[in-house]
Amino acid sequence: MPQVTLTVNGKRHTVAVEGRTLLVEVLREKLGLTGTHIGCDTSQCGACVVHVNGDSVKSCTMLALQAEGAEVTTIEGLAKPDGTLHPMQEMFREHHALQCGYCTPGMVMSAIDLVAKHPEGLTEREIREGLDGNLCRCTGYHNIVKAVAAAWPLMHAKPMPAAAE
Amino acid sequence: MGFEGIGAAVKRKEDGRFLAGRGNYVDDINRPGQVYAYFKRSDRPHARILRVDTAAAASAPGVVAVYTGADFAADGIGGLPCGWQIHSKDGSPMAEPPHPVLAQGKVRHVGDPVVAVLAETRQQAKDAAELIEIDYEDLPGTASVLDALKPGAAVVHDEAPGNVCYDWQIGDKAAVDAAFAGAARVVKLDLTNNRLVPNAMEPRAAIGECDIAGNYTLYTTSQNPHVIRLLMGAFVLHIPEHQLRVVAPDVGGGFGSKIYHYAEEALVTWAAGKLKRPVKWTAERSESFMSDAHGRDHVSTAEMALDAEGHFLALKVSTLANMGAYLSTFAPAVPTYLYATLLAGVYKTPVIYAEVKAVFTNTVPVDAYRGAGRPEATFLLERLVDAIAHDTGIDRIELRRRNFIPANAFPYQTPVALQYDSGDYETTLAAALKAADHTGFPARRQAAAAQGKLRGIGISTYLEACGIAPSAVAGALGARAGLYEVANVRVNPTGSVTVFTGTHSHGQGHETTFAQVVAEQLGVPVSQVDVVHGDTARIPFGMGTYGSRSIAVGGSALVKAMDKIIAKGKRIAAHLLEASVDDIEFKDGKFSVAGTDKSKTFGEIALTAYVPHNYPIEELEPGLDETAFYDPKNFTFPGGCHVAEVEIDRETGVVRVVNFTAVDDIGRVINPMIVEGQVHGGVAQGIGQALLEQAGYDDGGQIVSGSFMDYTMPRADNVPNIHVGTESTLCTHNPLGVKGVGEVGAIGSPPAVINAIVNALEAYGVRHLDMPATSQKIWSILQAGAPRMAAE
Repeated sequence: MPQVTLTVNGKRHTVAVEGRTLLVEVLREKLGLTGTHIGCDTSQCGACVVHVNGDSVKSCTMLALQAEGAEVTTIEGLAKPDGTLHPMQEMFREHHALQCGYCTPGMVMSAIDLVAKHPEGLTEREIREGLDGNLCRCTGYHNIVKAVAAAWPLMHAKPMPAAAE
Repeated sequence: MGFEGIGAAVKRKEDGRFLAGRGNYVDDINRPGQVYAYFKRSDRPHARILRVDTAAAASAPGVVAVYTGADFAADGIGGLPCGWQIHSKDGSPMAEPPHPVLAQGKVRHVGDPVVAVLAETRQQAKDAAELIEIDYEDLPGTASVLDALKPGAAVVHDEAPGNVCYDWQIGDKAAVDAAFAGAARVVKLDLTNNRLVPNAMEPRAAIGECDIAGNYTLYTTSQNPHVIRLLMGAFVLHIPEHQLRVVAPDVGGGFGSKIYHYAEEALVTWAAGKLKRPVKWTAERSESFMSDAHGRDHVSTAEMALDAEGHFLALKVSTLANMGAYLSTFAPAVPTYLYATLLAGVYKTPVIYAEVKAVFTNTVPVDAYRGAGRPEATFLLERLVDAIAHDTGIDRIELRRRNFIPANAFPYQTPVALQYDSGDYETTLAAALKAADHTGFPARRQAAAAQGKLRGIGISTYLEACGIAPSAVAGALGARAGLYEVANVRVNPTGSVTVFTGTHSHGQGHETTFAQVVAEQLGVPVSQVDVVHGDTARIPFGMGTYGSRSIAVGGSALVKAMDKIIAKGKRIAAHLLEASVDDIEFKDGKFSVAGTDKSKTFGEIALTAYVPHNYPIEELEPGLDETAFYDPKNFTFPGGCHVAEVEIDRETGVVRVVNFTAVDDIGRVINPMIVEGQVHGGVAQGIGQALLEQAGYDDGGQIVSGSFMDYTMPRADNVPNIHVGTESTLCTHNPLGVKGVGEVGAIGSPPAVINAIVNALEAYGVRHLDMPATSQKIWSILQAGAPRMAAE
C-alpha cells in the first residue's frame, strides 16, 4: 500500500493509504480528526473544507496521495494551544452563526480563507458569494454572514474599509 | 453574572465544542472490533425480486456477513411499525402494509434496501456489494398521486387496492354545502405543495452493539432516542427495554427526518446481536436522497364561499397526500391532524370541510418535515386568500383583516377541532407591515422598474399548532404513543444542577435555553447547569424533539420538576430556620422566612439534603432530585405575519428575495438570539421550498434529483438578510407561557414569497404559481407574450 507523508496541524504523519483514499478519510479515520465532516458525496456541501498549503480545499475532492508533503490545517488546529479561539471561531460564537454544528468546521475554514484573501474588504454580497460552496441547513446564513463581516477587522487588525461595507 | 434568565441573549454553551471540531456525532464514534455495513439498494422503482445471488460478495475480501430479507423472515422479524393509525370516512382502519427491514419479494421504491453487506472496512463492504447479482422483473411504477389513483395503475401493495391508504374527512360537509349554495361568490384554487428532501447536513448513521449478556446499545442520529427504543425494541427486534440503550449524541440537524425509526437502525442492532461485534453504518448523501423520509407532496383543491363583502362563509378542501411506498413512523398523521385541523388558520371561517386521501406510490416514504402539515395548510390558505383578493378586487390586507379572528375572541373554537388559546393577528400584521415599510413599496417598485426589474410584495398571516397534546386526545385520534415530556432535575450536593430531559437538541440550543429556565427559577448561574439529553440510559423517559414541542412540553416538565425541588427545599429550609414551611419563601436563589432576614442559600439547602446531619429525617428523605412528567393541556398556537419582497430579472426570470420580514407570536421568548436564529433557518428553508427545491421523480418513479448537484439547496447568495421581530401573547395553559419557534419560519414564508412573485407578475395575468418558482418557470411566463405593462 502506498504511503503519504503530510503535516496536519503542525504534526508530521506518514500513513499507508489506498490510491483511492480521500484526504478527508485520512483525516477522520487514520488521524482521528473528526472535526472535519462529510456531508455529501458530490463535493457540493463544503462540510469537509480544510486548508492545504494555505488554501481552502474540499478534502473530499482531493486524494490523500495528492497531499504528499502538504501542510494541512483542520478545525482542530485553529485555536491556540491555550484554547484561545481564532477570531473567526470567536465571531461565530458571538453572532450565533452555528446551530447543529455540522457544517460549522467547513464553514469556518472557508470563511477564514475568504477573509484572508480579501485584504481590500468584503461586501455582504461578496461574503454570500464567497460562501457559495458551503451548505448550511440551520442558520439561513444570516448570522454566518454577520460573523464573517465581524471577523474581518479582527483578522486584518484594522477597520473594514468603508467602501466595502 | 449578568442576567441569564428568561429573555436574556445568553451565548450558547454548546458552541465551544462545535467550534473546536470536538462535537461527538455518530460517525465520529468508533467501537472496538466494529464492522461496517453497506446497503445494496434497489435501483428500480417497482420490481419483483426473482433471484439474489450473494455468493461472490460473501467470499469477497473482508466480508463478515451478507444478509437479505430472507434472514429477517427466518428470524421471525416483521417490519417497521407505523406510529399513528387513521380511520377512513367509512370507519375502516387505514391500509397498513408491511414494511420489511430488507425487501422481501418486491422492491417498491428506488433506495429500498435489498441486501446488507458487513465487512471489516467500509470500502470492502462497498466493493463486495458490487458483486451482488439481483434479477428483477420490472413492474410499472408511479410517482405522483394522480397517476397512482388512475384506474389500472400499478398497485404498490396488495393490501391497498387502488393505492389508497385512507380516505379521511373532517368538518361538517352538510353545513359547508349549504353555505356554498347560499354564497354570493365562490373562489377556487388548485395547487400543489412540492415534495422536498429535508437534507439535514449530517447524513444519518447508526452503530449497533451487543455484549455477551445480550445487552444492546444503538448509537443513532435520532431526534427521539426513547421513541426509537420503544419502536425498535418492542415492535421490531423484540429486545426488552432494559436491555436496549439508545444513544443520540450530537446530531447534525433533523428537521423531522430523524424522528422516524429506519431500517438501517434495526439492521445494525440485529446484526450486532448475531455477530457479537459492533456494526456501523453511515449514509452517503445519495443514500439520504433515497432513504430519508421526504416531506410535503400534496395535490389540493380549495374553494372558499364568500358573502358580497368578502367575508369567508365556508371552506372546502380536497387533498391527495403522497405517502410514498411505505408508511413512515408518523406519516398518516401529517396530512390529517397536522394539516386539515389547521385549515381555519387565523380566520373566523364558520364552517370547514376537508377530505384527504393518502396514496401509496413508488417513491421514498413521506413524513413530517419542518412544519409538517402546517406549511401545506398555510400555503393553501394564504394562496387562496390572495386568489380571492385577485378575483374580487378586495385589497389583500383588508381582506385578511376583515376575516381575522379578533384578539378578544380567545379562547377560540375552530370548526376543525382545535381550540386556540391566544393570539393577536392584527398586531403581528401591523408590526410586520411597519417593519417591512409596506407603505414605501410603490416607490421601491418604481425604482426597480427603472432598472428593468419586476418588483413584488407578498404577505402571509399564518398560524400553526405545536406540541401535539394532550395524550388522551392524541390517542383518541390514532396516536400509538403518549405525547408528554419528562424532566429530571438533579441538584448536586454543591448546588450545581444537572437536568436530564427527554427532548433532544440537534441545533436548537437546549443546553443553553433549558439552563436559562433553571437560572430563572432556581437562581443558579447558567454555567452551573448541565443539560443532558439523548441517552435512554441516563434520562428517565421522553418523547424527543419534533413539532416545536421542546420548550412548550419539555420546558413545562422542567418547571414542574423544579417546583418539586423548591417545595422540598422549603421543607429543609423550614427545619434549618426553625420556621413553618408556610412561612418560607424562595426568591433569587434564597430560602427566607417571610418578613425576616433569616435565610439559607440554595447551595446550603442542597448540601444539607446530601449531608443530612441536621435534617428532618423522620419526615423527609435525603437528597434533592426530582422527576416530573408533563402532559400538555392543549397544543400551543404560534402565529404571525411574514412579508416577502422580490425582484424578478426580466431577461433571465431569476427571482431574488430582496427583503424578508417575519414578525411572529411565539409566546414568551427564552433567548432572543436563539429565537432569531430559528426563524432565520426556517425562513431560508421556506425560501428554498418557494424558489429552488423539488424532489424530482420521472413518471415511473425513478429519482431524478438524487444529489446536491440536481436538488437545489438554498445557498448563502439565495437568501437575503431576514428581519425578525416578535409580538407575543402568552400561551395560557403552560407554566412558561411559551409556544415554540422551531417551525414558524418554514410555515409562514413560502406563501409570502409566492404571493410576492404573483404580485410582481400581476401585469402578466398570473393568478397562481406552484412551487418552486424556478427561473425557468418565471422566464417561460415572461416569454409567453405578456401584455405590456401599462403602469410603466
